[in-house]
Amino acid sequence: MTIWTKMKPAFWDHEDVAAGPHKHLFNFRRIWRMSVILTAGVALAPLVFMTLVDYNVSQQAIEADIYYQTARLVSNTRRNITFFLAERRSALSFIDKDNAYSALGNPLRLAALLDNLKKGFGGFTDIGVINQNGLQHTYVGPYELAGVNYSDQEWFKEVVSSGTHISEVFLGFRQQPHLVIAVKHDLGGGSFYILRASIDTQQFNQVLAEVEVGGKGDIFLVNREGVLQTPSRFFSNILQPMALRVPEFSEKTTVLEVNFQKEPLIVGYAYIQDTPFILMAVKKKNELMKDWTETRIKLIGFLAVSITSILLVILWVSTYLVKQIYVADHKRVMTLHQVEYANKMASLGRLSAGVAHEINNPLAIINEKAGLIKDLFTLKRDYSDDPKLMGIVDAIVYSVERCSKITKRLLSFARHVDSKPQLVDIAEVVNEVLGFIVKEAEYRSITIQVEVAPDVPTIESDRGRLQEIFLNLINNSLAAMNASGSLTITIRRTKEGCIRASVADTGCGIPEADLKRIFEPFFSTKTCKGGTGLGLSITYGLIKELGGSIEVHSEVGKGTEFTVQLPVKMKPSEDIDNESAACG
Amino acid sequence: MKVLLVDDERELVSTLAERLNLRGLEAQWATSAEEAMLRLQTESFDIAVLDVKMPKVDGLLLKKQMQEKCPAMKFIFVTGHGSSQDFEAGSSEVGSNYYLVKPLKIDELIAKIKEALQR
Repeated sequence: MTIWTKMKPAFWDHEDVAAGPHKHLFNFRRIWRMSVILTAGVALAPLVFMTLVDYNVSQQAIEADIYYQTARLVSNTRRNITFFLAERRSALSFIDKDNAYSALGNPLRLAALLDNLKKGFGGFTDIGVINQNGLQHTYVGPYELAGVNYSDQEWFKEVVSSGTHISEVFLGFRQQPHLVIAVKHDLGGGSFYILRASIDTQQFNQVLAEVEVGGKGDIFLVNREGVLQTPSRFFSNILQPMALRVPEFSEKTTVLEVNFQKEPLIVGYAYIQDTPFILMAVKKKNELMKDWTETRIKLIGFLAVSITSILLVILWVSTYLVKQIYVADHKRVMTLHQVEYANKMASLGRLSAGVAHEINNPLAIINEKAGLIKDLFTLKRDYSDDPKLMGIVDAIVYSVERCSKITKRLLSFARHVDSKPQLVDIAEVVNEVLGFIVKEAEYRSITIQVEVAPDVPTIESDRGRLQEIFLNLINNSLAAMNASGSLTITIRRTKEGCIRASVADTGCGIPEADLKRIFEPFFSTKTCKGGTGLGLSITYGLIKELGGSIEVHSEVGKGTEFTVQLPVKMKPSEDIDNESAACG
Repeated sequence: MKVLLVDDERELVSTLAERLNLRGLEAQWATSAEEAMLRLQTESFDIAVLDVKMPKVDGLLLKKQMQEKCPAMKFIFVTGHGSSQDFEAGSSEVGSNYYLVKPLKIDELIAKIKEALQR
């Protein structure tokens, strides 16, 4: 047996075949299903909806906040970098304007200026003056760069055309990463010179290193070809190409989401004006969303637990309620059946009485006429010895007797005489009845046992009916048994205070299909042996009249047990008709 | 032993009377209450066997009328119907022992007649 068959409620497989066109009203499985679906829908839909809305809204809010913070970070850092470069360019420009070309050509003066720049602004490494041919004729700094010609370099050409220049970070002649700021000074008549200073990238990097980037993030500069200008934590070394794609040009600070190695990244960037630099801040989205995700997982876990408990409660409540409806309906159907059965019996009773009466008179005439024939022939010697004649008359009389047995039983079935209650000892009644059949039992070697519990009281009931009940039951048992069977009659008192008498035999038993019908009138399996099919239906009627009930348990081949339950005090028959029997 | 049989079924009552006569009883019969009362005016009987259900005057009423006339008379009721009212009324009048259901056994009837007369 599977768990399902054990747990399955009784109504699950119920099918009301008698419900007719209103079958759907009694489809309990459907009622149960509707109840579960509707209740679950009403209870869970708002819950799930609210959770989804909250999930989306809070996710959007968190993402918006991340975008905003990234944009602010990039924007602020750009301002710092721009200021850093502009400050140094302005300083160089001021020196250029403040000093004559001849003064700048003096290495001592130039060294003093470099010293002031280092002290005043910091970050300057060296300074040099380059003539219009690209030759650095004066140089102050740690490298041997005096006399170097820059005329072929890109930056030189750009300064000549645009007047100022801030270079990318590059290695140059000194093989050290640095950047260069250069300003051009026109001397008139097409001649010019260039004041050029290199900036220590160390200090430049420092500016970015001090920036606090959340979410395991990174902030760095790249040039427009995507080569790293400052060290990056995750995207390769300085002067190496960056692993990410170079973002599109935008005048404003921009934040976008990109996927890098299947990981979503938040990238904020800004093109720094008048420089080759793009400032980029990169953050790992999952890191930033971690707190939110953890909270969501907890909430979803709570939701799952809630849904499970709600569903369990709904299942339990629906099953319980439908079970109650089923039980109530079952009782209703049982009552209907009982009423139907009682009506059927009453109709049959009236019919039986009518039939018996109609048949009895002609039967009586046949009986008397046959009797007379016999009498007449018995008196005349000529015929009294004729066995054939006597046989014929006897056959008529025998048949009349058989018919009369049927009509008498029919009448007995139909009889609804008001009972006269009197004090009766059931054991005594049983023994009286056994008196009639003890000879037959002995002859067939059937053993009879009567067990009476000591606490069985005398009851107020109808003696005649009790006799008939037990006579019918005991006769049935005897008829069901072959030789050497055993008949056991047990009488005891139940907890409810009723008397319970059972008549059990070791006979052939009753097939299950017949068990439901054995109390119906004219239902008989012994018709070939002269049974009328009225015995048990009469017994049933008598027991009901006494306010009791009868049950039968039978196993084919093992035997049958009839159990009669009777109240200690018989109710008047009107009460029995109106309400269910006390011990029924 | 004079017996009066009253039943509206002529065939039944006449045959029954004949059979009783054959067995040495002095039996006469009537098919209605009126006829029975007429007979009582000219003859006297020890016992009457009455059908309960009869048209016009039924067995119970007839018994009362006959009893008024002959208080010593005994009665046996016979019926073809087993309704509760009949049984109640009949057996309360004569006792359930003398309330017989058709068809009758002749020997049983004679035994009951003798028993009633000895009471």
